[in-house]
Amino acid sequence: MLRYNEYPPKGYRVRVSTYWWIGRWAYLKFILRELSSVFVAWFVLETLLQIHALIGGPAAYADFQAFLRHPVAIASNVISLFFVLFHAVTWFNLAPKAMAIRLGGKRLPSLAIAGPNYIAWALASIVVAWLILRG
Amino acid sequence: MAEQITLEITRYSPERDKTPSVASFDVPLRKEWVVLDALNYIKDKVDGSLSFRWSCRMGVCGSCGMTVNGEPKLTCATFLTDYAPGPVLVEPLRNFPVMRDLIVEITDFLAKLAKVKPWIIRKKEMPVSEGEYLQTPDQLDAYRQFSMCINCLLCYAACPVYGLDPLFAGPAALALAQRYNMDSRDEGKNERMDILSQHDGIWGCTFVGECTQVCPKHVDPAGAIQQYKLTAAQEWVKSLILPWGGK
Amino acid sequence: MAKRSNEPFLWLLCSACGVVAALLIPIHLFLFGLAFPLGWLRAPSYDQALALARSTLGRVYLLVFCILPLFHWAHRFRYTLYDGLQIKHLNELVNTLCYGAATVGTIAAAYLIWRIP
Repeated sequence: MLRYNEYPPKGYRVRVSTYWWIGRWAYLKFILRELSSVFVAWFVLETLLQIHALIGGPAAYADFQAFLRHPVAIASNVISLFFVLFHAVTWFNLAPKAMAIRLGGKRLPSLAIAGPNYIAWALASIVVAWLILRG
Repeated sequence: MAEQITLEITRYSPERDKTPSVASFDVPLRKEWVVLDALNYIKDKVDGSLSFRWSCRMGVCGSCGMTVNGEPKLTCATFLTDYAPGPVLVEPLRNFPVMRDLIVEITDFLAKLAKVKPWIIRKKEMPVSEGEYLQTPDQLDAYRQFSMCINCLLCYAACPVYGLDPLFAGPAALALAQRYNMDSRDEGKNERMDILSQHDGIWGCTFVGECTQVCPKHVDPAGAIQQYKLTAAQEWVKSLILPWGGK
Repeated sequence: MAKRSNEPFLWLLCSACGVVAALLIPIHLFLFGLAFPLGWLRAPSYDQALALARSTLGRVYLLVFCILPLFHWAHRFRYTLYDGLQIKHLNELVNTLCYGAATVGTIAAAYLIWRIP
């Protein structure tokens, strides 16, 4: 460790392993939750590539569609979808923890805050899908 | 039920050993025994040099926190029969330096507790003649959960951020700060915010959530810290919009 | 008394961008990553896609969609590097890399969206 606190620790100290997060399922879940942000960024990149193909004209766009049909692309998108859903679900479930809203002397249950988020998610998805699919 | 269960206990004597080692002890497996009973049995009947902290033996003093089979637990609240047929691995609490056997050095934690100013801060104390500070049950409820902390340090043992960065204030200290922030009698929010809205204060926390999972008193320190982050963010926005007023 | 950290701004940014990412990305990924390539749903033709993208609403939507999640990633990945690789002492380098990458992505997104014919 490069930093020391005011009370230098006496006694035996175990150095924390780089793989501390593998030992416990709770830690692994945490790291996976944080790494879901990588898949979020990865899909933004895919979208940028798609816009680039759109600019290139019908042929370039068709090429990009073909690229997306490749088994490796499908597999990577399946994994990405899992992580992106994991991000959304953990996000909406954790958000209420930061908000201790008290109504009539009792704290609002988590569902009161998470629920509207899920509804907003469903609505946003339906609207987006409708806009894209109607042509 | 088997007659006995094996406990594998970390032994470390700084005068004698360079690194901790593990010693095995067989103790009677009694239905109502907890790990602490087993440790006391060993100290009384087998090896009097075994060193560990304990006091109330009923889960209110916070002394007997240790790592049992990899999990931070109060040994007075952990039944042996839950681990039958064993063996049960008993180690000192993680993320703290080990002084001897199962005893850890907690000076760092005590310093952090003091750092958050865990007392009612008033701009002006009311004179005694004016009577008590009044508080409704609802006002008490706003911070009650965070006042239940027994300083057992299980949350620090579970927190990976504290393990990686000993400068981090840690779950219990931050929950205690929030306990005072939410107390209707307290006027010290801004003072504590100056101290804690730092990288080694609330912003070191990445909401792993293990602290809340292991807390034996259901204090929910993770919740306290996230609420504190939201408050700090609101204060930051206010300071942008009203740089001269607002305090 | 130390000055209060400016971290609240980054935390608010991460939170807001996280909500946008959570609300919008799943449906987009499902449609463009799976449903259209696998033929479950009819993909928009080139002209339809172009019409959607070149509209003002479309451009604004794409800007929001491409920029915000990048900053969410930057903040989370920065802390994952601190905790995972234990390089908190290199925090200036890590911060520059993470937020810098997000900024580069922002510029690329703005440029591409501007160039939609």
